Amino acid sequence: MAFLRPAALCVALAAAFPAAAFAASDADLKQLRDQLRELRDTYQQRIDALEQRLAAAEARSASASTAAVEAGTAASEAIRSVAEVRATADSVARRPASASAFNPAVSLIIDSKLTRFQRDPSAYRIDGFIPSGGEIGPPRKGFSLGESELAFSANVDHLFRGNARFALAEDGGAGVVEVEEVNVETLALPSGLKMKAGRFLSGVGYLNQQHPHEWDFSDAPLAYKAFFGYRLQNDGVQLRWVAPTELFLELGAEAANGGKFPGAERNANGAGLWTAFAHLGGDIGESSAWQVGVSHVRANPRARGFEDGVDPATGAALQHSFSGSSQTWIADFVYKWAPSGNASDTHFKLQGEYLMRRETGELNYGGNGNDYAARFRQSGSYLQAVYQFMPHWRVGVRGDWLRSGTADLGGLDPAGLPILAGYNPTRQTAMVDWSPSEFSRLRLQLARDKSRDGEADNQIWLQYVMSLGAHGAHKF
Amino acid sequence: MFSKLSLRLAALLLLVAALPAAAAVNVFASVPEWAALAREIGGDKVTVFSATNALQDPHRIEARPSLIARARSSQLVVATGAELEIGWLPVVLRESGNAAIQPGQPGYFEAASVVRMLEVPARVDRADGDVHASGNPHIQLDPRNVLKVADALAARLALVDPAGAVVYKANLARFAEKWKAAMARWEQAAAPLKGVPVWVQHRSFPYLADWLGLKELGALEPKAGVEPGSAHLAGILERQKATPAKMILRPAYTRPTASDWLGERAHIPVVVVPFTVGGSAEATDLFGLFDDTLRRLLAGLK
Repeated sequence: MAFLRPAALCVALAAAFPAAAFAASDADLKQLRDQLRELRDTYQQRIDALEQRLAAAEARSASASTAAVEAGTAASEAIRSVAEVRATADSVARRPASASAFNPAVSLIIDSKLTRFQRDPSAYRIDGFIPSGGEIGPPRKGFSLGESELAFSANVDHLFRGNARFALAEDGGAGVVEVEEVNVETLALPSGLKMKAGRFLSGVGYLNQQHPHEWDFSDAPLAYKAFFGYRLQNDGVQLRWVAPTELFLELGAEAANGGKFPGAERNANGAGLWTAFAHLGGDIGESSAWQVGVSHVRANPRARGFEDGVDPATGAALQHSFSGSSQTWIADFVYKWAPSGNASDTHFKLQGEYLMRRETGELNYGGNGNDYAARFRQSGSYLQAVYQFMPHWRVGVRGDWLRSGTADLGGLDPAGLPILAGYNPTRQTAMVDWSPSEFSRLRLQLARDKSRDGEADNQIWLQYVMSLGAHGAHKF
Repeated sequence: MFSKLSLRLAALLLLVAALPAAAAVNVFASVPEWAALAREIGGDKVTVFSATNALQDPHRIEARPSLIARARSSQLVVATGAELEIGWLPVVLRESGNAAIQPGQPGYFEAASVVRMLEVPARVDRADGDVHASGNPHIQLDPRNVLKVADALAARLALVDPAGAVVYKANLARFAEKWKAAMARWEQAAAPLKGVPVWVQHRSFPYLADWLGLKELGALEPKAGVEPGSAHLAGILERQKATPAKMILRPAYTRPTASDWLGERAHIPVVVVPFTVGGSAEATDLFGLFDDTLRRLLAGLK
């Protein structure tokens, strides 16, 4: 960086004294050249002093910016004549690394929404499914602030890389910090192996690893909301292996605490949730790329609680719980197209996932000690297409389908659990967004959400998502 | 019987184990120009994969599964650096699980680390567009830079594959000799271009301008990576009347709209510079790239 300083100084001086630009530059150049020669002997010590002088000169140049235009030609000539000075400077001037140079890359995502809903978002539920307990509801009506994501990442040393991501949100008027991800991943395991430990977004499915600001729509697919409380987040370890083949093949497995849906809070040693996944991907010609995957999530929740119905005697909400085994399978695919692989003008993206869950175990009704042998088999899917029809502008459509499927409650009267009454929620979404740069996005989204039986909700979302700080590199 | 079988198995295993040692060094180049250079220096001792082609904007590439798979089995990554690939290469490298090519390892090479950077911004602010804090990363259009990178790349290849060091050195010597001769030829042919004022579509050509002495009047993009609007272009047309440029330079991967608009109204030619190997039918290798670039620039002058 510092090697350009003599040039900058020249421009600055030329700009500051337009009438005598060339002469002034020449005199200064000579002085500079001598100084730099001295510098070669004394190295770093005097660089600071020189840089201060340069800063002063640059400040002067700012005030004379109009004159700079006329002086431009003279300045460029002057730049040429200092080539040798620069060469000297090259060898001398390397800005000394300060302690802050090791600071992690920091990025901040801010997100705000203006919404119009027909139905009360605080009463949001997905009928036909056991509530997942996650933050699955739409934001409040009108203006609202989304979660601001604050992310840090850096290499710890030659073996480890650390990542941390916090969501700053508001809950009932009080500011809360949620730990989205805090993990360490290995950099130097042999044979294509990678390990991650801490809290992370599970590698299952396709959308699960994407952060909300990377989504193509303002909210998550219904299937993710119903099956994972909008995403599967683990405290545990992950091992992944990439095959040494031309076709991309990745295998992975995770063992995790499983304290969140589809698991349940637990007080036990070892792991409570396991996953396994495989992804396969490649190119078709130079314009298309694809990836498919299959994943499996297995958890053994103990007393996973949920509320449904009211006690006729007291009027209080009834508390139920489920204990047993929960298994989810996911099949996902994504296909992307861009002419000659150049996505900056136009591109197209088609993605879809199918989720299927089977749960068997004991359902405790109303906390009264009556256990019923229960079996559920439910599925859900979404399909979405996004098309960038001109630079910075995209349109997209998405369809969501859930099937509450078969619920065998083992003799329990289904009327006692209204939320589990058979219902197939659907939602249709359309969006258009404008991204003037890679770092900003404005989106208008329209949706017709039939998550609630008999209560269709027509929604309008207006949202912005902005990225500040370090240039994040996104996954495929 | 069994011993015979196990002997054969052992022999087969040995053969399989010996295979990678005899196999070529896999080089993963982020852009076509470094792929071409790696082929010049590595010869038949390397297998080169170029992650992008000349019609792709090197700033905007996705971390596709195919790139991760290629990075997984590479021994050397040749990137431009200076944040050109910041939007995708870090993810590709991390996801590949290949320890040998992580930044800081011998298997990771940045071309920009061995050349003098131009247009290092005095202030780094995204309000100025997609600026690169360490300077303009489009270093490949100055053949003097190519020579420096070739030098460093040969040394790096020798570090990654010591067995081939002699070959890399010989290839470098051959390439450098040929390149210097070509440079003399180009510089002679390009003499009429000295001091010629030009507009550029994107700030892609400071190194070319520095080498040939072209006078860059400004960029059509109001900010790096931002498409020019009509008001901005009209302003440039006004400036063109006061300080006329002879032509407009545009890299092959960019949209033609803005430069064609200006070229038509200002009655100056738009020169589509191949920009990298493969950017035009003639730019099949690094020599072709510069031959064709000069041919087009000189044709634009007429």
